[in-house]
Amino acid sequence: MNWYAVIAIAISALVTVSLRAVPFVAFRGNKQLPAFVDYLGKTLPYAIMGMLVIFCLKSTSFALTRGWAPQLIAGALVVVTYVWKKSTILSIVAGTACYMVLIQIVFR
Amino acid sequence: MKKYVKKAFIDTLPIMAGYIVLGIGFGVVLKSAGYGLGWALAMSVFIFAGSMQYAMVGLLTGGASFLTIAITTFLVNARHLFYGMSMIEKYKDAGARKPYLIFALSDETYSLVCNSDEGRDYYLLVSMFDQIYWIIGSVIGSLLGAIIPFNTEGIDFSLTALFIVVYTDQWLNTKNHVSAIIGIVASVVCLVLCGSDKFLIPAMISIMVLLFVMKKFCIKEEE
Repeated sequence: MNWYAVIAIAISALVTVSLRAVPFVAFRGNKQLPAFVDYLGKTLPYAIMGMLVIFCLKSTSFALTRGWAPQLIAGALVVVTYVWKKSTILSIVAGTACYMVLIQIVFR
Repeated sequence: MKKYVKKAFIDTLPIMAGYIVLGIGFGVVLKSAGYGLGWALAMSVFIFAGSMQYAMVGLLTGGASFLTIAITTFLVNARHLFYGMSMIEKYKDAGARKPYLIFALSDETYSLVCNSDEGRDYYLLVSMFDQIYWIIGSVIGSLLGAIIPFNTEGIDFSLTALFIVVYTDQWLNTKNHVSAIIGIVASVVCLVLCGSDKFLIPAMISIMVLLFVMKKFCIKEEE
């Protein structure tokens, strides 16, 4: 048995679940959440989703057209189709297919 | 519970596409590093954090110290602290489901539940479906190795597209866009200043600071 890997995985699992659990444990039992947590709970989701979009696009590079044009075009297609049809599936399928064609064929 | 199964399944379809593909990628990489099916399963069941599991492959093969592994996990997954903070109210009455809901609060699960009012059974199903897709993907990847029949390059954009959809949807459903703009601007600035490996923590801190500094503008007209 590779105990090194077992312990490594256990540590990573523990740290991950702790990060997810800390806010719940810290504010356990409070009937009324502290005002700042309540405020963050209401406003954070908007900012986090923006952060996640940037997180996904973090390897964008302007050195080659291939490094930025596919995500810009496909991303715009996602926004436009979503505003137009309000269908999550449609926008994701259209955006992903568009991105794959661009990265595999157009900007090869 | 039953009436949510179909809705949860349909809502998680985009995540299925992304997770299975990324899970396969993870299984393939882990296998080629000498860790087979059992290891892929163990990591996807117990860690369940995509980018961290990819990072773990390098850490394991490099023989990183346990302290390095703990710190890397903390840095890569610190954004999850955010998720909990905005889900405290929503998960308040989840009862026995709560430990699992908290454990399985991944980026993608968060993006669906943070916008939903469907209730605890729906949250549980979304969380479970998502983890199952991820496990299936990593098992397939581990078994198939690098023999994938078609060129999947770029299919991971489905997760990017999911976040863009959620962002757009939130934008259309609120009048006040200050927080949404802070998220993008702070992340871009930190990305440019700190580089793609190190920008997440500075971005999180500046988002928090900006939300408090600009509180007056963030709650105006909030619905």
